[in-house]
Amino acid sequence: MNPKPNTIPAEIVNLNQTDSGFAGEVTRRSGVEINKCWHCQSCAGGCPFVRAMDYPPNRVIRMVQLGLRKEALESSGIWICVGCNTCSIQCPNCIDIAAVNDALRQMAMAEGVVVAEPNILNFHQAVLQSIQRHGRTHKLEVMLRYKLKKHDWFSDMAVGMKMFAKRKLELLPSKSKNIAEIRKLFDQKSTA
Amino acid sequence: MAKKDLIDLSYYPGCSLKTTARENNASLIYLFEHLGYNLIELEDWNCCGSSSAHSVDTELAFDLASRNLSLAPLDRPLLVACPSCLLRLRSAYLHLEEDQRARRHYEKMWAKPFDPKLQIMHFFEFLSQIDLLAYSRDRIRRLEGLRFVPYYGCMLARPPIMRHEKNYFGLMEKILANLGAKPEKWSFSSRCCGTFLTVARPEVVEPMVNEIIQGAINARADCIVTACAMCHMNLEVRCSLKDKVPILHFSEIISLALGIGKSEYKGWFSRHLVDPKPLLKALDLF
Repeated sequence: MNPKPNTIPAEIVNLNQTDSGFAGEVTRRSGVEINKCWHCQSCAGGCPFVRAMDYPPNRVIRMVQLGLRKEALESSGIWICVGCNTCSIQCPNCIDIAAVNDALRQMAMAEGVVVAEPNILNFHQAVLQSIQRHGRTHKLEVMLRYKLKKHDWFSDMAVGMKMFAKRKLELLPSKSKNIAEIRKLFDQKSTA
Repeated sequence: MAKKDLIDLSYYPGCSLKTTARENNASLIYLFEHLGYNLIELEDWNCCGSSSAHSVDTELAFDLASRNLSLAPLDRPLLVACPSCLLRLRSAYLHLEEDQRARRHYEKMWAKPFDPKLQIMHFFEFLSQIDLLAYSRDRIRRLEGLRFVPYYGCMLARPPIMRHEKNYFGLMEKILANLGAKPEKWSFSSRCCGTFLTVARPEVVEPMVNEIIQGAINARADCIVTACAMCHMNLEVRCSLKDKVPILHFSEIISLALGIGKSEYKGWFSRHLVDPKPLLKALDLF
């Protein structure tokens, strides 16, 4: 009987190249003790968006524990997470998974790795630009900026028109007065 | 602009209530006036940072939230209408309370010391202390015959950054049942509405919203009552089911129940994408 060839199937992660400092970095940035996770998968079971993610939340945490920097930072799950906190409420160890995702997202941006969900980043930037300009978010402007960058004018037109008809998309923004003070917060930031 | 015999409260409406959900804002201010409170909009407030700031820049999120705290007068509580804003403002407050470095940064930014005496509360916390039936005109239980499901969404939950403080699940059922309505059981009261993914990934949000609305239909509810303006919008715009269910802001339905604001209703309900008027007329509420 011939022994089976010792090849690694594609879906098994390669542990030959790991970054032993990664978990410490994420812990420092997020303030969350990642090693408390024992992978009960309560978070994965409760996450309303898990089907849209490449990896469920606990698997991203496992990647951080193992030092798989690239895999974690390039995962779509960290962008799909909206911070609804369903996971952190269900976590038996009180791990703030949304805060871990905040840290991973910001590390992904700082390191210039591939952003798995560029449209979501694009949306966040459109919101921040609106705050920078007016001190408050102007939904119509956010939508227009988002669509301009995506080069997509026609998807979701029906929803936009319905909101417009009900005057739910205002033409003019609501503004803060001391806009200089707010813009100062954005100075020297790379995010906006 | 203190109004006679009313108690002043600082009020943080947030961007949604100030614009897209103006009916939520108007009904809330109206309701509080009836309850004896004058909501004074926080002078020159700015966006709390919403989901986007903390997603990409923790420091900016903290600064945006703490500017609002620095603007709040200390002699009265700051009432917050939007659960998402509350989460941002109060988590900044808790961070300031616990972290000396954050306090030093705050003092440098806003040229005043951080005062932990500032009370920040969601309007639910306020309503939880009041017997609303006492404010109902002629003490009538006007919601008799109305079946509803409560929708809290995710933001009234108290995650680790809120130190697992008390949450207010069950409050809508308690208050509205006291005013005559019947809460129905369902499984979606704290399911997230999808928030900003409604823009960037609508195909993810649509089936989620449909599941929620179908849940309300299966529970044989006449309407869904929401705690959050963002949820309200997502549930209205992303539902692609043929059958729809009217969705009411909590502040609207309480005003209806108390029999106040009849002349104001039109401006509120004309802004709903799913028209609640036939239902309200059938119950003699409109």
